[in-house]
Amino acid sequence: MRVAFTLNGAAAAVEAAEGMTLLQALRGPLGLSGPRFGCGAESCGACYVTLDGTAQPSCALPVEAAQGRAVGTVEGLGTPKAPHPLQAAFLAEQAGQCGWCLSGILVNAAALLAREPDPDEAAVRAALEPNLCRCGAQNRMIRAVLRAAREMRA
Amino acid sequence: MNLAFGFAMGKGGNAPGLPGSLRAEPRLSRWLGFSADGFVMVRPGKVEIGQGILTALAQIAAEELEVALCRVRVHAASTPGSPNEGVTSGSLSVQESGIAIRHACAEARAIHLGLAAARAGVEPAAMRVADGDFLLPDGTGAGSYWSQAGEELLDVEARGDVPPRAPDARRVAGTPAPRLDLPDKVFGQPRFLQDRRWPGMLHARMVRPPARQARLLALREGPLPDAAAVLRDGSFLAAVAETEWDAEATAARLAARAEWHAEDSLPEENDLATWLAAAPAEESVVAGRAEPAPPAAHRITARFTRPFLAHASIGTCCAVALWQGDGLEVWTHSQGIYNLRADLATVLRLPPERIILHHVEGAGCYGHNGADDVALDAALCARAHPGRPVRVLWSRAEELAWGPLSPAGMAEIEAAVDAEGRLCSWRTVLRGNGHSSRPGRAEDPTLLAAAHLDPPFPLPVAIDAPLAAGGGGQRNAVPGYAVPALDVRMRRLREMPIRSSALRALGGLLNVWAIESVMDELAEASGQDAVQFRLRHLEHDPRACAVLREAARLCAWPRPPAAEGVGTGIAVARYKNTGAWCAVAAEVEAAEVVRCRRLWIAADIGEVINPDGAANQLEGGAVQATSIALKEAVRFDRRTVTSQSWGDYPILRFSEVPAVELSLLPNPAEPPLGAGECSLGPTVAAIAGGIHAALGLRPRRMPFTPDNLSASLE
Repeated sequence: MRVAFTLNGAAAAVEAAEGMTLLQALRGPLGLSGPRFGCGAESCGACYVTLDGTAQPSCALPVEAAQGRAVGTVEGLGTPKAPHPLQAAFLAEQAGQCGWCLSGILVNAAALLAREPDPDEAAVRAALEPNLCRCGAQNRMIRAVLRAAREMRA
Repeated sequence: MNLAFGFAMGKGGNAPGLPGSLRAEPRLSRWLGFSADGFVMVRPGKVEIGQGILTALAQIAAEELEVALCRVRVHAASTPGSPNEGVTSGSLSVQESGIAIRHACAEARAIHLGLAAARAGVEPAAMRVADGDFLLPDGTGAGSYWSQAGEELLDVEARGDVPPRAPDARRVAGTPAPRLDLPDKVFGQPRFLQDRRWPGMLHARMVRPPARQARLLALREGPLPDAAAVLRDGSFLAAVAETEWDAEATAARLAARAEWHAEDSLPEENDLATWLAAAPAEESVVAGRAEPAPPAAHRITARFTRPFLAHASIGTCCAVALWQGDGLEVWTHSQGIYNLRADLATVLRLPPERIILHHVEGAGCYGHNGADDVALDAALCARAHPGRPVRVLWSRAEELAWGPLSPAGMAEIEAAVDAEGRLCSWRTVLRGNGHSSRPGRAEDPTLLAAAHLDPPFPLPVAIDAPLAAGGGGQRNAVPGYAVPALDVRMRRLREMPIRSSALRALGGLLNVWAIESVMDELAEASGQDAVQFRLRHLEHDPRACAVLREAARLCAWPRPPAAEGVGTGIAVARYKNTGAWCAVAAEVEAAEVVRCRRLWIAADIGEVINPDGAANQLEGGAVQATSIALKEAVRFDRRTVTSQSWGDYPILRFSEVPAVELSLLPNPAEPPLGAGECSLGPTVAAIAGGIHAALGLRPRRMPFTPDNLSASLE
């Protein structure tokens, strides 16, 4: 079955194999590396993408669920030459260690700032609750999200 | 790991006297080289495991060579291309690799500049280096590293006679530098091994036994996805397919069709203390002292236990292997590629030189996780599919349950103060499995799948390095406090029902907590302030006093409780008794569960190469220790580890992360010490102290959950 959707603003399509998740489609035939495998059970946040603007896990979602929808990944946020304010803020705060969790956290934080441009620290923590970071860089990430929010409002 | 324990001392004539890892590899060209287009290639044997070491090593090279940081390219380690620096562990990478690179670069600078000076007919001291260009006294150019790149000047052994730049002359080392690897990770670029794709690559998934003691009896026949293959060798069972989803579907079918003989072999999860006390063990004396001591006025006897802990990296282990002709090539995120190569050679019965390993970054690594194991998984699959790269990715269940775990342990302490309130005696007995099952150190391999093959290799029981090499279970077991009568013993278990190995801080998690708790209890029993009591016994160690005073200042010790059920604890330790000093204060709030609200960290890590990187490591270690202290315990039944998902092995989430204030005490003229592990033990201990301040009870069992705290009352 052919599944067609919008990926980071461009048309994309994959031939869905039996059992293929959206995460596998993104990392496999669609050639992305940003969305990451962490658990396969929607409980760590490493695979977060946006579906029609809502951040959610992609590791257990059948790829067919993306049919006709808009999928966003960390690659769609920005590039080194034109970074998203969140990406710039994460670099400015050096908010990361191993970096495995960052794609999912950036995607989730971007969805937060899209719906809530002026979150307080508690709101950032609450929004990022589904995302695990084992290296202990959470405080830097919270500072980075608040910094990006300030810069986006400016 | 420490050089003296990890691998043989050098081979060159100058080697024994050389600094850092130059002892093991004195040839300068093995450490660095220059390219004609203006770059320095640095080739450490240590690897990036999420700690930012590549950035710190690049800073050191840029400093000594006097080139811009952006000209330094740090190569990932490989065999045989990199120096053999043993394992990237023990907070030793700056001491071993950084110091080697510092001295190698200082000599390289002298050699290249010396040639330019000779050609120009001036004294080298009259010249200077500006971003790699050699300048004469009048400022005119006289060549550069890049123009001399083809002359192969560095194919010589280090002499150890060129002093590196003086501490007060450093401009790059000691200044915050952004992590070189972070941009790729923020933009989702393929940087991890798990992101790499090879043409023709196959995907494999393992089917693990249902028990730690299990034999595969039979595998029922049945349909499989197209082109999927089964690999069975004894009780080692794998699914190999063209795609990841087919490999996963195949593995699921094989798991359903496999018939196993399984046996109980694990201890009772809820009574670890009984098992730890009864299991056969080898006793050794860790430290002893018997100076005349005054009689005891107050005595404390206490027993502390900790559970098995998982590494719990957010990414799962991965390896890619290619079997071609009579050799093997493996891409791995192992911490010690030469050590891994030795065990792969044993299992595969290949000469080590037929195996090439390349390090590629993986997800965060906090010790000996499954990275080495998955490399053997991939190699076995690749052997069955020669000519095609085979990629193995572990599941979350394998990551949590099948990698080596940090062993459960118990510390029993009896200590006393005299009538003057001074420590007069201290006895400790430790029990638990060893903290190292790292590969490449024993006759038999330590890799997981080796035990499942036919015939199986017996997995060696975990060992503990000698204390002089950092120790394992006995790490930080010797109190840093002055005490005339001291007796510290360790009973390392001679059976290993759950495979155990090194996790960040090793025995320091249990030992610092136990020692600092007893110190708090003795202070309380003799009516002394906890900080003043410690300072009285640290007069011989001014740097320990300094970090403790700084943590006390940060939290405004003695800190009155902010509210009912809120309390602050404080603790200090010098990591490994030879590494960095760190003191931590923790504000704890005890309601339905215990939460840590704030941490104050003071550390002295000697010379700091990258202050921002060090702060990140110190804070990260403390946050990880908060998770360990409050939440973590590996669950198991009598057959297997049942912590196979985040639901069964919860770790700290964003809402639970404490606010952190950190102070790094400057000591630029002192040798650099690692920052990655020193904050963990003091954090666990400070949280325990905070719980006592909040609730009036002394935690005796980790993690500090309501159940375990209730048990501590008994």
